Amino acid sequence: MIYRMSAALLSLAGLFISAYLYLYKIGKIGSLACGTGGCETVQLSPWSRIAGVDVALIGVLGYAGLLVLTLAALQPGLAGRHWPATLLAGLAGVGVLFTVYLTYLELFVIHAICRWCVASGFVILAILIVALLDLRRLPRDRAA
Amino acid sequence: MAATQAGMKRFYSLFAVIAVAGLGVLGYLLTRPATVSIPANVTVQASDTSGFKGYVKGSATAPVEITEYADYQCPFCQTFATLQMPTIEERLINTGRLRWRYRDFPLDQHPFALLAAHSAACADEQGKYWNQHQRIYEGQGEWSVSGNAAPIFRKYAGATGVDLGRYDACMKSGKYAGRIQADKNSGIALGVSSTPTLLANGRLHRGRFDSDAITKLVDSLARQSTK
Repeated sequence: MIYRMSAALLSLAGLFISAYLYLYKIGKIGSLACGTGGCETVQLSPWSRIAGVDVALIGVLGYAGLLVLTLAALQPGLAGRHWPATLLAGLAGVGVLFTVYLTYLELFVIHAICRWCVASGFVILAILIVALLDLRRLPRDRAA
Repeated sequence: MAATQAGMKRFYSLFAVIAVAGLGVLGYLLTRPATVSIPANVTVQASDTSGFKGYVKGSATAPVEITEYADYQCPFCQTFATLQMPTIEERLINTGRLRWRYRDFPLDQHPFALLAAHSAACADEQGKYWNQHQRIYEGQGEWSVSGNAAPIFRKYAGATGVDLGRYDACMKSGKYAGRIQADKNSGIALGVSSTPTLLANGRLHRGRFDSDAITKLVDSLARQSTK
């Protein structure tokens, strides 16, 4: 249970980080607390939107989904089940790959690093790690 | 089972604390007073300039006038303002040989250049233009890498003796956006495309200048004007 609890808390943290960046992106927050100024550079770059959708909004929706999943996985009926951990690891794995792509853009295309994006990267990586540890702990679900 | 229930209780308590703290921070950020924002690329109205043609220092009867088009966030302008201008001022401006005109040319790629120009304009209302101008350039390394330069400019204004109540009202109004744009438009019309760009007696001089080169230029132009 400790892994799922950790994943839930990490998802909550990731949700707040993404929400902070998204509120800046849509102009609801005047400035970002970012020592280097790189956050603004990244958030105002053309790569802050993918297919017309703000990357920060993708983060909000992604972390919200992970949060719902982890909270559901903590309920008695699902606590001992394997599939929520599998789903969590799969989603977190996609999140990590997406983060690697965004970090590549920051380093080699935009040439600026957003500290909040880095923080989000660590959060999604941590979620993946605890999801994998949860997977190792559980026996596979048997077919009904 | 009891241990599990106690663990879940602790988890939900911690979850609630983090959720409330996070929502509190976001709520504060959403409701705090808006930070200063100066509109860019505005349409200039005649009332924006009222005959204003830059900030001038030096004698009205000086034989030579140099107009500088500069951007507060441009590193070359910063070097020029902090390393070359003190010598130029002492050697040429204070001795009546040169009149200096500073005009804003905030480049689009510099996010705080316009804000800096507006901050200096607001300090000008209180007779502190050149103090704020110099302080902004000296502090470029501090504010240009910050997430929000507005409070840093305000700090400089306070240190130079500006009444911050009037300064805040001026910054909030964005009233000099048109005048700054007019400065920039005048530079574009003259062929200015980079900063700093100098015009000596109305003639464009591109490239980098140090105080010795400026002195030679002023001497040369002064001789021409006396012939």
